[in-house]
Amino acid sequence: MKLFKNVLESVKPLFVKGGKLEKMYPAYDAFETFLFVPDHTTKSGSHIRDAVDLKRTMAFVVLSLIPCIIFGMWNIGDQYYSAISSETNFLNNLIFGFWKFLPLLAVSYAVGLSVEFAFAISRGHSVNEGYLVTGMLIPLIMPVDVPLWMLAVSVVFAVVIGKEVFGGTGMNILNPALTARAFLFFAYPSYMSGDKVWVHGAGTDGYSGETILGALASNTSSWDNLKWSFNDALIGYIPGSVGETSFIAIIIGALILIFSGVGSWRIILSTFLGGYLTALLFNLWGVNFLMSTPAHIHLLIGGFAFGAVFMSTDPVSGSQTNRGKIIYGLLIGFFAIVIRVFNPAYPEGMMLAILLMNVFAPLIDHYIVDASIKKRLQRTN
Amino acid sequence: MSKEIRLKKGLNINLIGEADKVYSSVKASERYVVKPTDFHGLTPKLDVKVGEKVKAGTTLFFDKYNDKVNFCSPVSGEVIDIIRGAKRRILEVVLKADAIIVYEQFTTDTAKNISREKIIDTMLNAGIWPFIRQKPYDVIANPADMPKAIFISAFNSAPLTIDNDFALYGMDELFQKGLDYIVQLTSGKTHLNIDGSTNPSTVFTKAKGVEINKISGAHPAGNVGIQVHHIDPINKGEVVWYLEPQDVIAVARLFTEGKYDVSRIVALAGSQVKKPKYYRTIAGATIANLLVNNITEGDNRIISGDILTGKHIDVNGTLGFYDTTITVIEEGKEQEFLGWILPGLHKFSASKTFLSWLTPSKKYTLNANMHGEERAYVMTGEYEKVLPMDIFPAHLIKACMIEDIELMENLGIYEVSPEDFALCEFVCTSKIEVQTIIRNALELVRKENS
Repeated sequence: MKLFKNVLESVKPLFVKGGKLEKMYPAYDAFETFLFVPDHTTKSGSHIRDAVDLKRTMAFVVLSLIPCIIFGMWNIGDQYYSAISSETNFLNNLIFGFWKFLPLLAVSYAVGLSVEFAFAISRGHSVNEGYLVTGMLIPLIMPVDVPLWMLAVSVVFAVVIGKEVFGGTGMNILNPALTARAFLFFAYPSYMSGDKVWVHGAGTDGYSGETILGALASNTSSWDNLKWSFNDALIGYIPGSVGETSFIAIIIGALILIFSGVGSWRIILSTFLGGYLTALLFNLWGVNFLMSTPAHIHLLIGGFAFGAVFMSTDPVSGSQTNRGKIIYGLLIGFFAIVIRVFNPAYPEGMMLAILLMNVFAPLIDHYIVDASIKKRLQRTN
Repeated sequence: MSKEIRLKKGLNINLIGEADKVYSSVKASERYVVKPTDFHGLTPKLDVKVGEKVKAGTTLFFDKYNDKVNFCSPVSGEVIDIIRGAKRRILEVVLKADAIIVYEQFTTDTAKNISREKIIDTMLNAGIWPFIRQKPYDVIANPADMPKAIFISAFNSAPLTIDNDFALYGMDELFQKGLDYIVQLTSGKTHLNIDGSTNPSTVFTKAKGVEINKISGAHPAGNVGIQVHHIDPINKGEVVWYLEPQDVIAVARLFTEGKYDVSRIVALAGSQVKKPKYYRTIAGATIANLLVNNITEGDNRIISGDILTGKHIDVNGTLGFYDTTITVIEEGKEQEFLGWILPGLHKFSASKTFLSWLTPSKKYTLNANMHGEERAYVMTGEYEKVLPMDIFPAHLIKACMIEDIELMENLGIYEVSPEDFALCEFVCTSKIEVQTIIRNALELVRKENS
């Protein structure tokens, strides 16, 4: 600790005003505040402040993702070894998954943070912590076999077009992590769908690494006749994006987010409710296998749960009023299922549903706030 | 009809250093300061020169735009200095007090035989008027207005603040006398709001001629602005007046004794105070003699007022005109290694992101550290949890930031005061200076409407 402090102190003159690397100050500041909570004190007003800050908040989101990360790594290994029909054990799976996941994570953070730092330096503002979470989310919503250069391009796209052009963290309209995924989905669809990308090693020896959603969307088999059971989907022994498969791990994350107050329970619950009710409705209709899939299964498969817990709750791109959050969540659930059942080309309805509702969230808030304004004006009449 | 209101939103911050309900006495202060900066939006015009002799109640300066509003000397003595800031703005009028206070004599009348105009005139002359403040804008009331109601909050809910039940103990008669004059200032009701969750003193519960409302809930339930919002909300063009219980006593003293007597009870509190207690002092008095040998050595932050809204003063500073609490906490100007990762058993947070949620009834020592850097808004829904008002706080603050007056009006700017947003500022993850934003916006709207 003393060592860090000494190093920081010794290089600080380079970065302060008048120093050789004065323009790089935001980068220095980012490292200093990462290591040490700054000694800034209040000037007026509330002389005391809550101990929470954006770093702590973001660290909590990352903490809530840990069950998904660990299960995801294990599942990469498990899926691989069952694809090549080889004996395996827990540790083997985890180690294999770790070495598959690490490059994704490293590329995501390295590329994303570089862009963030570049923008912070060029604009002279401090580096925001938002990317700590985005950088973790992006590899979790990618197929394990996504080429690293594609991942890098999508990260650049997400940070620049998804966030920085709007003014950086706190100003973006779309969820940056989903922007990265949507970019890949439309730019390189063959790497983001089908039966080759979800399981490492699939396709090489005729093993189908199809996801449940993919199988249902091809409309050849109903849920009951698939090889996966309810328990598989609940625990997550299924192919899919790295972090999305285990419903249980996601729910542990949800509980951490809700309990700590970092994530909105309103959004999470209403998204699940919206999805469940919509799926029930389609059960009655049931003209294709996705429609007739039981409503509760819809919540377990694909990216629904992961999106509901970690994506729709992004406070910047989501609805900001309490009532708005409920409407926002219900509509995400609704559209996710609608897109799934009506458009087999996009069985992953969750991504598009959230991005769509990101765009409409300000409109929802507008009407909620407008109702309050009308109520206030009525008082005088 | 008196109302009973239970507020569900809010936050109580349990802090170490609450004042014991014991009076302690110290040598009276010799130096007194009257600060025009205690009064928001005031442009003062001096009425005295350095070296002039004054009595308690002699006008020191008045409001340039409303020359009837006088600001008087709290003690008799001599004007020894007038401190000015940038553009020769008057910051402080400094007085050296006599050993025995001599008072200006003002006319006295019984409450029954006095007109509203006479009450106002007497209060203006004697310098008591500035105790009557108004909402919206949180400034001194305009004596030409007719307020739709008057509000007195009998209790404070902010951490470490004075307990009015204790401070006004035994003053039943004097408090009632003050009320008898104050109720005549409005054509509407005078609301006296008591804490519904405790058994308040008979000073308040037996008060006559006023509506007694019970308010219960966490801080900011004691804020008068919150109470107005729930009892009789302010619409555009309407005005309510408000004052503090101890100000009522000052009014009573004026009309019964003919004196400008602003002596008052203050609580000296905070984690750095060795023996937090109550003291009798006078508005404008230096606080050094209260602090001597009574605060822990170190880098201390001394606050005139409560910990959430008070003013930062130094050890030679003085008690603000409206303040009834002096708080001393640690400055906390130090870095913390990886503080955002540590479990945080001793850190207070309204969120449950620190392990301190395991001990909800624990009392904390908080310092003036920001615990982070300012950031853009990211989190939502935080402010709503601590603001018991039918208002969208984040939307209102954003409207204030972009100075959109029409939007501010629509979102309820007339109903809020900076102090109501003190907890929003406290809990803010992005460390936004919410109170300053609201204060500046109120000033902007006030200038626009005047």
